[in-house]
Parts: sequence; structure tokens; C-alpha cells
Amino acid sequence: MALLQIQEPGGKTAKALHRLAVGIDLGTTNSLVAASCGGSVEILPDTDGDYLLPSIVRYREGQPALVGKEAKLGLIEDAENTLSSIKRFLGKSLTELKTQNKYLPYKFDESRSDTSPAIVTVDGVKDPVQVSADILRKLAKRAEQCLKGPLDGTVITVPAYFNDSQRQQTRDAARLAGLNVLRLLNEPTAAAVAYGLDSKDQGNIVIFDLGGGTFDVSLLSLQKGVFEVLATGGDTSLGGDDFDYVIADWVAAQLSSKTESEFTVNAQLLQIANAAKHQLSFDESVQLSFDDWSASLSREEFAKLTEKLVSKTINTCRRVLRDASLSVEDIDNIVMVGGSTRMPVVREAVAKYFNKAPLTNIDPDKVVAVGAGIQADVLIGNKPADSFLLLDVNPLSLGIETMGELVEKIIPRNTTIPVVRAQEFTTFKDGQTVMSFHVVQGERELVTDCRSLARFELRGIPPMVAGAAKIKVSFQVDADGLLSVAAQELSSGTKAEVQVKPSYGLDSGAIEQMLQDSYDNAQTDMEARSIKEAQIEARQLISAIANARSVDESLLPIDESRRIEIAVDELEAALIDAGSNQIHALIEKLNLVSGDFAARRMDLTIAEALRGESIDKVNSQ
Amino acid sequence: MAISISQNAANHVSDQLASRGHGLGIRVGVKTTGCSGMAYVLEFVDKVEVGDHVFEENGVKLVVDSKSLVYIDGTEMDFVKQGVNQGFEFKNPNAKGECGCGESFSV
Repeated sequence: MALLQIQEPGGKTAKALHRLAVGIDLGTTNSLVAASCGGSVEILPDTDGDYLLPSIVRYREGQPALVGKEAKLGLIEDAENTLSSIKRFLGKSLTELKTQNKYLPYKFDESRSDTSPAIVTVDGVKDPVQVSADILRKLAKRAEQCLKGPLDGTVITVPAYFNDSQRQQTRDAARLAGLNVLRLLNEPTAAAVAYGLDSKDQGNIVIFDLGGGTFDVSLLSLQKGVFEVLATGGDTSLGGDDFDYVIADWVAAQLSSKTESEFTVNAQLLQIANAAKHQLSFDESVQLSFDDWSASLSREEFAKLTEKLVSKTINTCRRVLRDASLSVEDIDNIVMVGGSTRMPVVREAVAKYFNKAPLTNIDPDKVVAVGAGIQADVLIGNKPADSFLLLDVNPLSLGIETMGELVEKIIPRNTTIPVVRAQEFTTFKDGQTVMSFHVVQGERELVTDCRSLARFELRGIPPMVAGAAKIKVSFQVDADGLLSVAAQELSSGTKAEVQVKPSYGLDSGAIEQMLQDSYDNAQTDMEARSIKEAQIEARQLISAIANARSVDESLLPIDESRRIEIAVDELEAALIDAGSNQIHALIEKLNLVSGDFAARRMDLTIAEALRGESIDKVNSQ
Repeated sequence: MAISISQNAANHVSDQLASRGHGLGIRVGVKTTGCSGMAYVLEFVDKVEVGDHVFEENGVKLVVDSKSLVYIDGTEMDFVKQGVNQGFEFKNPNAKGECGCGESFSV
């Protein structure tokens, strides 16, 4: 009889064991968790039916921390111990934080300002990783209650512009919360997954993501279900919070100076400002009051106050379009992501710039989490791999150094990852048994202008004539951007490999700089490459002639020998500083003067080969 | 009336229950399907229903509903490997015929 497997209760057909995986949108202001339930991805609510978990943690003395809406009250009552917008602190030093945010109602351990900011609370000193872990733990617990089982894996989203240390701290927080991170996913990519699968749009899409504390614009091109990222731009320190600060500033300017606890006043001001901002998304004007002070703020005034912030976002859109060499007319859809895109001032500005109403049919707060949930379900193995859309790209070309310090690009920039590419190389010298590989990153033609990633050697190549060995070099970039380079000699199977993280120590600014340099130097790079190639050719010719002379000097009359020597000397001199045209001309000249010598050698070789053979035999061969 | 399970099969059930993380045991039953009339059902059990029979052997609980029990009474459950394939096998004294693929049986 057929062998049976144990099924999930109620499962009608044979199905692999469903593993629980969730997508987490770890936001500056609010966080969400999503999971696939019966085919569609749902945002998981808490026991009250609320989807958004405010990213707020309140630490208490001798009691477990409060997370989410229970902690919200603490923003006013207990500002020093109630930490919000902590995502902005990830990967930053205290000094950086203080220059960026004026209203920080926390006590910091100043002695640790150079490293991660240390916030002094009643429950001890907390760093941003610990606080983020507390938020993740709360979301994981919610998911486990909803899904009735322990989580096997999570996908956590991060802004596209998070640098390596910010990403690492997000991973650290997940680990601290006991979560298995399948991968970190860029937020715009997640939004594209959510929209791409649900709406099957085709064309160029701008993802406009204005969250609580971060701003990202991504330009994606969608063709037959496959996305390509054309360009990205953004600001890790621009978001809805800044709109709050603008209102808080406006209020503070109208208040007489207060002497009570500055922490409390700041936190209270921010809460009033936040409430007013939300109200302005529905009403034309809002009434604000603080102690005995009261005033009204109209939408128009608010638009004026926030004009700078809004135009910052539009300028970023403009830059992104320019980077991709597209104009506003080329954009088919604009997807709004992040709660701050509910503000009419933002929507209107975006619609005006693109001359098109932005898409808002998926809740802008949920769209990223939905995309993360879809990815999590695929990555944990609940869906076949071919239903898999992977949308991240390799930001800079990856390649290998070849003769003459030139770069051979194996994986060009903007290739979607994961990806595997292979290319065959060969030996340069007769009997060469070792080959050394230099893995580089960048857009330039010469190795010295690129970033060196790793070096390794392949030993044990069987001795062969130059050019006969076949060495297959394969580059593999996995979903996390980890690069593995392997070199294998095909006849003997000898293999060597190395693994590197190409993005290590690179932030978006450095990437942009590398790209800019490659555009600025395109012409000189091309010339440099052609000179190098000519030099290689020249050296090969010189060495071939030297070999020939050492064997068959007797075939060379003195005057001819002299002419060849002069041509070789000229060519060697030109190798030092001549252009490629001159080198090519001298190569031609050397070929010409050595032509008779080569012909005589050829005749001699043929004569040797034919000696003792009968004409019949040669003819029949 | 009862069904039984081998030690080897019981070990596999325990392992799968542990990796699933929750569940009381496994449900063994029959449903009408396939070319020969009946097919076995093998599922995790989260809840024992009214009318279920619960047998415990070799450390695992086997849950069978009353309707199914008459078809599989006396069945021995084993875990076998056939080449790369492995899974649970039923030795059912009530089965008179099996279809070619072994998916279903008749009594």
C-alpha cells in the first residue's frame, strides 16, 4: 500500500507541513506583524483587534516593560522611561542623535556617547538594540497567539537606506528577541511585493514611503511580474516626526518660557502637535491648547509651516527620476507607503509633481508588512521557489582582476539577486600551476580604482601550455547579499573559494560616490583599458620573439637581427608612457621586421616534420 | 475494538508532534475516496471530539472516530522505508482489496 504522512487536521489534500513564518514591519512610530493564513497574507491583530503596535517601550522598576499602547500613557507621565521612535537611534552615536533631534526627553549616559547611545531608565541602562528587541518580542508573542504555534522564521523590513551597522543592529535585536531572521527586506521592495502580486501592475512605479522617521523613494520597473530597481533615494532622518516638531516649534514660540521639568513639556508639546497633525488630515483647521494658551491652526498655515519638509520629499523624487533618466510622464503609478502619506499636504504635492493621483488602495500603514509576510511565507518553504519574486539588486558591479590590472565584471551592477554567474579563464604562461584571484567591486576599468574585496589562490593546476587550462570562476550572491567566489580547474577538479560581504562598510553615500566617479572618469578609464590591453599584447610578442631567437638564432642574418632588436627596444620604451595607438603601431612594425624570420622558422619546422616522408604519404594525410 | 501502533511508528509520531510543537496525538480514520472506495486519513489531533475512541500505545495517543473504527478495527500501524520513500503503513485485516496505487482499499 501507499505510504502515508500525517496531515494537519482538516487538510483535505496532501500538503507539506505548514511552517509558521511572519513578516514584521519594525517601524519608527508603529510596528506590525503579518502572516499567511489560508492563501492570503493578513495583518495579525492584538486581542483588542488593533493592528498597529505603537513602537513605544516603557521601562518600570522591578516590573516587566510595557510595550505598545500600554506604554503610550508613559510618554506624558513618565517621559524619561518611555522610549519612542527608537528606530532612529539604531546604528547612531549619541552625538549624531543630538544634532538631529532637538526634543529628546531622555537621560543619556554621556560617557558612552561615542558608541551606541545608552539611555538611563529606572530599569537600568538600555541601548536601542534592547529596546527594539522588546518591540519584536511583543510582536512575536502576538503572532504566536494568533497562529497557535511557535514561529519558525521572520522577515523584518528595514529602510532601503539603512547602512550596514543599522542593519546589523536590527538583526541583533531580532536575535535578542529569540527570532530566526530569514532575511532583512527593504521596505519599498516589500511594498512592491504586496502591490505587484495583488494588482499585477506593469510599468514604472515610484514607491513614496514617508513613515514616522524615515523617508524612501524607490523607482521600480515592473515587467511580466519581475521587478527591477532603477533608482533609489531618501533620507534616514525625515518623517512624520519632523512634521510634529514643526508644530511643536510653532507652539513653543508662542508660549512664555516654562520653568517646570523640560522633559515633560517637550513630550507634552509633541503629543499635542501629533494630535493636531492627525486632525488636520480630516478637518480644515484644528484647535490647540496648552495650559492657559490656546490657538487654532489651519491646513493652509500647516502647509506653509511644513513647506520645506514637503519640498524636500519632492526634490528627492526629482533626483530619483533623474538618476534613472526618466521623466514624470514615464511613471505609471505612485504607491504611497507609510502613515505620513495620509497627510493631504503630502498627497497633494505628490499628485501635483507627478501630475497623477498616487495609489492608496492598500492601507499605507500595512502595505510593507503584507509584503514582508508574503516573502516570509516563501522563504520558509511554504511556497514553491518558482513563485518567488526576488527584487533586491546588487548595487555595484562585482568582478575579478585580469592581466594588466584590468577588471573583468562578472556580475554587473543592478543585477537582481540571488544570482549565479560563471566565466572561464585560462593560464597566461606555459606550465602555470598557480592562479591568483583578486575579487573587486566597482564600476571602474582599472583595479586600482575599484574596491578590493578578497584575494585567493587556486593551486594544483596541471602544467599545460598557456591558454590550454580551463578555469571556471563562479560568482554567487545569495539573498542576503553574501558573495561566494569559487574557482575550479575543469580537468582536475581542483577548487578554491572565498566568501565576502560586499556591502560591508559601504553606505549609500559611498556607493553613490563610486558611481559618480565611474561616470566622471568613463573616458580616461576607456583609454587606460586600451593602453593596458596594448601593453599585454606587446609583452606577449616580445617574449615570443625572445623565445624564438634563443632557439633559432642561426636563422637570423646579422642585419635582420639588428633591425628586430631596434624594434623591440622601441616597443619596450613605448610601454612606459606611450598611448595605445603608438604601441599598436610599434607592434605592427615589430611584426613586419620579424616576419621573414618567422617564415623561415615555419619552413624549417615543416621541413623537419616532412623529412623522410614520401610524397604519397604526405598527400594522403 | 482497537488499533495498534509499532514502536518505530510511535517514535516517528512523537518526533513529528514535537517538531510541530503542539497536538495531542494522531487521528486515524477513513474517508470515501479513490478508485477502490476508502482511503486512510492520518492527521494531527488538536481536539478530541465526541464519539472518538482514544487508544494509547508506545507513548502516543491514537484517536479514531466511531464510524471509522469499524473499517480499521485490528489495524496495525507501522513506519517503513521503501527506497527514498518513507511513511506510515496500515496492515488492515478488514481490507479485501486495494487499488493499484494503494491509495484506497475496500472492505
